[in-house]
Amino acid sequence: MKLFESELKVINIGLESFRQGLNDSGVKSVQARFKPPLSGETALFDRAGRHSGRIEKANKKVLARILGAKPALVGMGTALDVVPGMKKDLILHAGPPVAWARMCGPMRGGIMAALIYEGLARDPKEAEKLAASGKIKYSPCHEHNAVGPMAGIISASMPVFIVKNEAAGNYAYATQNEGLGKVLRYGAYSPEVIERLKWMETALYPTLKAAIASLGRIDLKAIVAQALHMGDEVHNRNRAGTSLFYRAIAPAVIATCRDTGTAARVLEFINGNDHFFLNLSMALSKASLDAGRGVKDSSVVVVMARNGTDFGVQLSGTGGKWFTGPAPVPDALYFPGYTKADANPDIGDSAITETNGLGGFAIAAAPAIVQFVGGTAADAVGYTLAMYEITAGENNIYKIPYLNFRGTPTGIDVIKVAKSGILPFIDTGVAHKKAGIGQVGAGVLSAPPEPFAKAFEYFANNLK
Amino acid sequence: MIKTVIKKGAYFDSVSLMQVARKLNAISGVIDSAVVMATRENKGIIKASGLLTPEILKAGDSDLAIAVSVKSPAAAEAAFKSADELLNRKPSRDTDGAARKAAGLDDAVKMLEGANLAVISVAGRFAGALAARCLEKNLNVMLFSDNVPVETELALKKAAVKKGLLVMGPDCGTAIINGAPIAFANSVRRGNIGIVAASGTGLQEVTTLITNEGAGISQAIGTGSRDVKIEIGALTLLQALKMLASDPGTEVLLIVSKPPHPEILKRITAEIRKIRKPVVAVFLGGVIEEKIKDDFYAARTLEEAAYKAVCLGKGWKLARAREIIYDMNLKAGELAKTEAARKKRSSCLRGLFSGGTFVSEAQVILPELLGGIWSNAPLDKKWKLKDSLKLSGHAVIDMGEDEFTVGRPHPMIDFSLRNKMIVSEAARPEVSVLLLDVVLGYGSNPKPLEDILPSIKEAFSRNRELSIVASVTGTETDPQVRSKVVKGLEAAGVIVMPSNAGACRLAGEILRLSGKRVKP
Repeated sequence: MKLFESELKVINIGLESFRQGLNDSGVKSVQARFKPPLSGETALFDRAGRHSGRIEKANKKVLARILGAKPALVGMGTALDVVPGMKKDLILHAGPPVAWARMCGPMRGGIMAALIYEGLARDPKEAEKLAASGKIKYSPCHEHNAVGPMAGIISASMPVFIVKNEAAGNYAYATQNEGLGKVLRYGAYSPEVIERLKWMETALYPTLKAAIASLGRIDLKAIVAQALHMGDEVHNRNRAGTSLFYRAIAPAVIATCRDTGTAARVLEFINGNDHFFLNLSMALSKASLDAGRGVKDSSVVVVMARNGTDFGVQLSGTGGKWFTGPAPVPDALYFPGYTKADANPDIGDSAITETNGLGGFAIAAAPAIVQFVGGTAADAVGYTLAMYEITAGENNIYKIPYLNFRGTPTGIDVIKVAKSGILPFIDTGVAHKKAGIGQVGAGVLSAPPEPFAKAFEYFANNLK
Repeated sequence: MIKTVIKKGAYFDSVSLMQVARKLNAISGVIDSAVVMATRENKGIIKASGLLTPEILKAGDSDLAIAVSVKSPAAAEAAFKSADELLNRKPSRDTDGAARKAAGLDDAVKMLEGANLAVISVAGRFAGALAARCLEKNLNVMLFSDNVPVETELALKKAAVKKGLLVMGPDCGTAIINGAPIAFANSVRRGNIGIVAASGTGLQEVTTLITNEGAGISQAIGTGSRDVKIEIGALTLLQALKMLASDPGTEVLLIVSKPPHPEILKRITAEIRKIRKPVVAVFLGGVIEEKIKDDFYAARTLEEAAYKAVCLGKGWKLARAREIIYDMNLKAGELAKTEAARKKRSSCLRGLFSGGTFVSEAQVILPELLGGIWSNAPLDKKWKLKDSLKLSGHAVIDMGEDEFTVGRPHPMIDFSLRNKMIVSEAARPEVSVLLLDVVLGYGSNPKPLEDILPSIKEAFSRNRELSIVASVTGTETDPQVRSKVVKGLEAAGVIVMPSNAGACRLAGEILRLSGKRVKP
């Protein structure tokens, strides 16, 4: 039969020493990594296997919606006015739902900063008391079509970008990025933090709003596609994305801003913050993925998000249900003076970029930041290649030059994750575990297994 | 003191881990070590060695546990550091990007266009699902892993038959496909003899005997040890026979197995009748009396089967097989007399084997010379040893059985336990002949002489009357080079025979002759 008449080519899984005999005989072989499956319930894998036709069809539909999304920046507004369900006494946060009592330091700090910023508290002490009083309600950004990096805090009077998926007509919202150092999203609440937020509300916001209005729209998808060719993965590296955004917005800022001093400060603020584009790449991802929600029988992940305590996952086919597990502490490069002992467990909605085939999934496009992943470009390429094992497809627009412009792995399939044991690879910043200190490093992590195991088991159990 | 490190979510296969543990034990100040995935079974195993710490008890299936019993904290530190290095070692060879590992099966299939065989040696509880995925991707499968449930094996084999694919195993140690040795296999000559074997050692023995006699192998297919049982129905064996029957490179077929279930034997003989090529079969411990077809040849031993296949393959007359064995016996007869003359006490034979099939073959040959033979893997249950470590009378033991291999590598890789038994058995006054096998080839111990000679020397020094008889299963092109190993053993005083059957006959003959002289 065929085997005896063809050239023998072997995939070796397990003991690597078995390749010696093959090498000595001139037989081509590849060593495949192996990880145990996430779930020990083999019956559930069989069940998923029996329904694989339907699941694949559903996943194809979801993937087509995600890939077909046309996210564009179409305007700005105040959270209270534009974010669905936003209220004055409501604060949105990153990740899955979490009560004040279980919130980590940086998230508490971010909420305190927001309460002071909103004028609801005069000082940190009062803010903390109010935050814990039950008078303030909390809800995940993700449940309001919004996303926020790190603590992900959005309060009523914060200005937000409005991103429209022009294909499906859905919207996504994100705040303006504050820059590095002591900032609210890392849990800082000192006066200079509030002062910057006020400037962003009174100067940055109206200037950008006018500029965007004069442009009509800015095609974010095109910016991300180009940024990947310029060394960004638009999560931990946003230098190219920010530059491209700057090129798009600068002429309009000059044309629309009546005060040259303000125009200069606004442009200088964007120019001085390599991560300015992050919030836009997140909103773009959110707008794309929300279009893939709610497809029956689909095992595609539409949300990965962390609140600094839990890591949460949502699937297209399981509605608004969160599957959670403890958030791990990232492997990171720490700023001088800090160590892993200072690090807060993983936090932020920014893993929405990975969910959308960017960030860690596109790390092969970003050789400049390989020190985060082991130091060599080959390491980065290895991580991206591994993600193809767990995704439903490849991106049609976001492509990686080094991989001969192969589309990034897109649309995490929870069945593939559970079966292969390969966990989504996420780029991330690291917050100090105490509120008010800010960022202490940046690095990477593999998503924790529990949320995916739970999501898979729930999904498979509910197949009908 | 005992020190523990837990690495969360770090999966390694058990053989790699055992190799690490072995290296840790060699560090000065380390008394004992365990490097295991913290599964319930492994916890049970290391409990016996006293290394089960509360930390390990708390750890889960996907956590790596390293425990060391040490004389000083410094030794523990050295051991942990060494473990880290061993576990994270980068592959040394880096040619044409071959060093890049595939991230998983999908990636591997993309990387290696036209891949047609998956060799799987991950832990048994994961192996079945992985093999199923390989079949989905139209890969033939060699399943080295054992502890795969029998119903999983059946499901895999049924699926494979449907797709025209081959599933070798589970518990398949050896195969040679298109000339390439896979897993525990030797570097053999290519030729016209196609083999199907239910036993890895049996396959190694016949392929090396054939090669050393100047003939060659077209294909050698392992079926796994359970294939001929009623539950599986010889699905792989029957499929392999069909493949070899239609393979233009195969002119002679050779079947190696334990006696199949009678129902299954019927199916096998029916298939054999359809084959228009000569077929040789050895069912160790059983004989086929039935006249299956004109060019069917039954054999009692691996040796007889191999030499019959050689004659058929070379177009020699079949009687030549007998002559090869006769010549071997002639030489052995002289040696036996000399050895027997040295014995002054009545004496016993102890066979310490790393290859299970050799234990069966020994039990086919020795009773005619010596009467009943005790074993931990007896062909006849009434000769079952109560305790595999307490040998009495004439005994042959399979050190690849579970009681010897739990928590340590197979005795073909790790000689340490057998070395201990070589010395302790030699030290017993009633023992006068030790019978050993040394299996070479890929997968086996790369430095057999270095590992075994110290215990051989020690054995001879403990027992002046001792004879040690061995067979060396291997070829000149094996990485260990058969003639080098033979010379090294002979220089140490071991009598090396060309086959295991030959070694068994010689060992038995020595004792038969000395028994005549010295009354018990």
